[in-house]
Parts: sequence; structure tokens; C-alpha cells
Amino acid sequence: MLKVNNLHANINGKEILKGINLDIKAGEVHAIMGPNGSGKSTLASVIAGKEDFEVTEGSVVLNDEDLSELAPEVRAHKGIFLSFQYPVEIPGVTVTNFIKTAINETRKAQGMAELPAKEMLQLIREKADLLEIDRKFLSRSLNEGFSGGEKKRNEIFQMAMLEPQLAILDETDSGLDIDALKVVANGVNKIKSEKNAVLLITHYQRLLDYIVPDFVHVLYNGKIVKSGGKELAHELEEKGYDWLK
Amino acid sequence: MELKEKLVSSFLAFENKGNIDLDSTVHAIRLNAIHNFEKEGFPTKKDEDWKYTSLKPILKEDFSLFPNAEKSVGYKNIKDYLINDIDSYNLIFVDGQFNSFLSETTHEDCDICVLSSALARPKYKMVIDNYLNTISNKKNSLSELNTAFVKEGAFINIPKNMIVHKPIQIINFSTGSEKEVLLQPRNLVVVGENSHVQIIERHQNLSKNTTLTNSVTEIFVHKRAIVDYYKIQNDSNESSLIDSTFITQKQQSVATVNTLSFGGKITRNNLEFYHEGENITSNLNGISVLNDKQHVDNHTLVDHKSPNCESHELYKGIYADKSVGVFNGKVIVRQAAQKTNAFQQNNSILIDDGATINSKPQLEIFADDVKCSHGCTIGQLDESALFYMQSRGIPKKEAKALLLYAFANDVVEKIKIPQLKTLITKIIAKKLNVQLGFEL
Repeated sequence: MLKVNNLHANINGKEILKGINLDIKAGEVHAIMGPNGSGKSTLASVIAGKEDFEVTEGSVVLNDEDLSELAPEVRAHKGIFLSFQYPVEIPGVTVTNFIKTAINETRKAQGMAELPAKEMLQLIREKADLLEIDRKFLSRSLNEGFSGGEKKRNEIFQMAMLEPQLAILDETDSGLDIDALKVVANGVNKIKSEKNAVLLITHYQRLLDYIVPDFVHVLYNGKIVKSGGKELAHELEEKGYDWLK
Repeated sequence: MELKEKLVSSFLAFENKGNIDLDSTVHAIRLNAIHNFEKEGFPTKKDEDWKYTSLKPILKEDFSLFPNAEKSVGYKNIKDYLINDIDSYNLIFVDGQFNSFLSETTHEDCDICVLSSALARPKYKMVIDNYLNTISNKKNSLSELNTAFVKEGAFINIPKNMIVHKPIQIINFSTGSEKEVLLQPRNLVVVGENSHVQIIERHQNLSKNTTLTNSVTEIFVHKRAIVDYYKIQNDSNESSLIDSTFITQKQQSVATVNTLSFGGKITRNNLEFYHEGENITSNLNGISVLNDKQHVDNHTLVDHKSPNCESHELYKGIYADKSVGVFNGKVIVRQAAQKTNAFQQNNSILIDDGATINSKPQLEIFADDVKCSHGCTIGQLDESALFYMQSRGIPKKEAKALLLYAFANDVVEKIKIPQLKTLITKIIAKKLNVQLGFEL
């Protein structure tokens, strides 16, 4: 589904990614772990198309289509979703209106008609229930005054609504207490299927207890220095990252 | 001939034409005003209050001072500029003259009619003598100019204990009956104790000819009265507006002026609030969404003279292309005005490199037990917020618009007439060139 080939990326002339290779197939869960500053969030942003980064070499390919020249919204329309580590607050725009706009813009890009209001409402309710989200929450301004847990839950709610092919969860576990983490992980597990894939980006093993990866990759200094199965995460938890440097 | 000379020399003819009673208050007021105007002339950029707004490019036109009113204007020509889906009183002026056919006035219980008839009838002499030109700022030469030619405009006189259920729409149309037209409407609004009124004011040029409007409004808000005033400024790029609005409030009254600016060549708003009593609330809200070379200058003054009063001022602006915004918000808290709460906020977003905002908060505080704050931000669109929305499939253009909507929203939210709120949301969407699938 997603192939990252020898990806190099710069920001302000500084090279952050130094040749990343990844091959993610439908139905798989991949985890990327690594110390601070290793390039984890950069990788997520570059796949999603953030324009601050300059791709100097290599490519990101989704279903045999090179995404390199595409705007972030076009990548989203093709099935990429990025859950933010720090979701942005947008006062004055409710959660419901925001997701409606996102869904209808995506449908428009795919040549489909707008989703009728009744069906939209039904879908919103269904997904909100899935993530144990209070209905009142949906009429609040997007992320404004949300707790860390609410923000992350809202990200996963949007993911459930948009049904992406590849969901990238950037540090979704940071700032969550254990109960919130369980709800979020539970939501991800319910959305996961044989047709989609998940790329988890995390510091810690604890998220991986709830969303179990098929593959774990260790990113260090802009390169993947080791890949393995889920047991690699446990090893990292015990030994830290130093032995891999 | 320069415009100033032209105006001064036409004064006598103007008064003679109206068969003026030389003993009347109005004659004395006009005479005094024309002298003041002759002495002061038009403001220039050398005046501190006009530093960022030059009238020079407008004043060079050869204005017709007393245009002929176009008689053939009908409902179909004006309906787009009226809020149609509400029951309202309508005061429609065409080229400076009242159009009774298009208007809906009343004299039942209260007077919602025109100044020319109030000036002519003995019945209103006392109201005119008590209020007309009593709070218009004599140091403002443009207001003096308006006063010199005071003749026509809205006359709204609400007695005490009356809630006027229908909003009042005051619309001044210019038809371009002549190439360059100067209009000087004058509105007088008196709201009695415990009464409530909602007013919407608009100036609209129906042609491609040049219009300069120099408008003055005086509003008197008596004890516990409530006034909600909306100014819709969305005129063509050939039209300029100088609006001076003066408000005096008595105790426990609430006056709100919402200045909603989206168009026009040069728009200058002088908005002044004077407090005469305790527990007064004054609200000043403004939103400007500008593009091309549009220029909007908001000069506000809140003069706190008595204790336990509050003022809330929130002006937001979105400036694209080479548009220019000016905000000068003056708040005076006099020594007697203890326990004053005065808040002022001016937030601006510059979308393009060529756009400008000049923002100047001015607080003069002479009392010691007060809460006053002011804030001013000038920024650009938040790139990380744009990326966030794009990553959810919202195209950049729509994402920008959504952010700007959100930015403007807290001012739009203050509009209490739902139909007007819908109209303003539509105007903003049109200005931002987007169609959003929902209303905020």
C-alpha cells in the first residue's frame, strides 16, 4: 500500500531524514520508535505533505502513485490521515462543522455528491458512540479548551469518520492517562481492518500493549537502524536506544 | 473652484431655498456650523486624527452638492440591499431625498420618520431644540459641514417604556444621477427611558459614478434604554463614506454599535460615546474584511465621566491585496469615573504583503480604581492550522476561509438579528470567495 523509498528530507537546509525505506501492506500495523530528535514526526509530516519540508531524494508512493508533488489535501483525499501530536485549536468552528467540511471536500474530490445531512448526522453519531464521545462535545469549537485526552480522542474520531487507507498516529499516546489511552487504542483497533493500515509513531512501548504492531522500526538520526517484530519494542523498553547507536 | 469654496458659497442659496425662518434654532445652528467649517476646512494628513487617511484624492472631484433625485427608482432596484425577510420599518432616501413610496414609516406611539418633516413642524420643535446638534463634535469640521447643510435624514423619536419590535432600516441610495455626488444625511435618534430599538444603517451607490457621503448621526439613550445599531458598509469602490456617530447615554442604559465594513473606496468612522450617569454599558464591535485598495479607518472614543460604567470594544480586521485598515481607539476615564471597566481589543490579520493596518490604542486614565485593558494583535494566517486542515482533506483556499471565518466569528456572533447575521456571513463568504457548507 505505502512504499517509502530512500526518502531524504530537509528543513531550512538541515537534513532530517537521511534515506528512509518502509513498505506497509494493507492490514498491517507498523510502529516507529526512536529517541527525541530522530526524525519521527518529520517522517509523519513529510508523508502527509507538509510544505515546510523539502524532499531532496527518494519518494513516497501510495498504491503505486507517487505522492511527492501532491498537496496535503490531495494526499488526504487519496487516503492518508495524520493524527497530530498537537492538534490545532480552531475557535468558532465546531467539531461537527469541521468534520462535515472535511468529509464533503473529500467526497467532492472523489467525484461523489455531498453526504445528505441526515446520513452525515447518523454517521457522526455512530462514530462518536464508537469512541465514547459525548454528543455535547460535537458542538464545541474544535479543540478549543479540550483536555489532552479530548484532543486525541477527537483526532481518532475524525479518523473514524474519514476512513483513511493509511492512518499515521503521531505520538497519540503522549499526554494521555491510562484510561484515555485505552479508549483511544480501543477506537483504533475497532477501525483497523484488512483493508487499511496504521503507522504508529511513539516514544514508549506502552501504546503498543494496546495496539499491537506487526512490525517495529527504530529510527535514529534520520535512518531506520533496526526493524523487527513486536518483541523489538519490549527489548527497547528494557535496554533503551543506546545499544542501537 | 475648490470644494470648500463651493460649499461655503452655496450656503446662502441652500438656506434660501428652504424658506428658512431666520429666528429658528436650525438657522442659528447652520450658520454657526458653516463659519466653523469655513475656518477649519477639510482635515488633512497633518491633523493627528487623519494621519493615516487622506481625503485629498476624493475631494478633488467636482461634486454636485444638491443632486436631483432619480424618480424612477423602484423596489426592484433596491431590494438586494434591504433585509427582506424581516418585518421592519424602512426609511429609504434616494440621492439625499426621502422616498415615501419605498419607505415604511410610523407616527403611531412613536415617530419613525424623516428629519425634514420634524424640522418643519412646530410639534417637534422641542425635540429638535433639545437634541439636534447638541452632541455632534464641534471640533470635527466634517460634522460641522454636515450640520451647516442639515436638512434630511432619519428622525427616530421613541417615547419612554416602549419596545420597538420591528428593526428600523435606514438606507441611503445614490443613483449616479450626476457624475459626482456629495450626500450629507443627518440622523437624529432619541430613545426614551426603558425603551428598546434596533437600527440598521446602510449607504449604497447603485451606479458606477462617484459618491461621497458625509453622514452624521446623533443618538440619545435615556435611562435603562437599549439601543442596538448596525452599520453595514459594503458599498462600491467608487463610493466613500465619512460617518460620524455621537452617542450620549444616561444611567443604566446599554448602547451597542456594530460597524461591519466590507467595501467602499475610503470609509472613515468616527464613533464617540459620552456617559452621563452610572451603570452604563457601551459596546463597540467592528469587523472589516477588505481587499483591492479599500481603506477603512475606525476612530472611536469612549468618554467615561461617571462611576460604575463599562465599555467593551472589539474590532477585528482581515486585510487582503493592498487594502488599508486604521484603528484608533481612545478611551478616557475621567477622575470621577471610579470603578470603570473598560476593555479594548483590536485584532488584525494581513493576508497579503501589500496590505496595511495602523493600530493605535489610546487610554487616558485619570481615576485610580478602575479596570482597563487593551490589546492589539497583528498577524498572519497560522500555517500550522492550515496544514492541520489540509491534512483532513480541506483544500488550502477553504482552509484559509475557515480560519478567517473563525477569526471573525466572535464579532459576527454579536449580531442579534438572525437575518442580518446570515447576510453578514454571506457577505464575508463572498469576500473570501468561498462557499462553506454551513453557517457559523
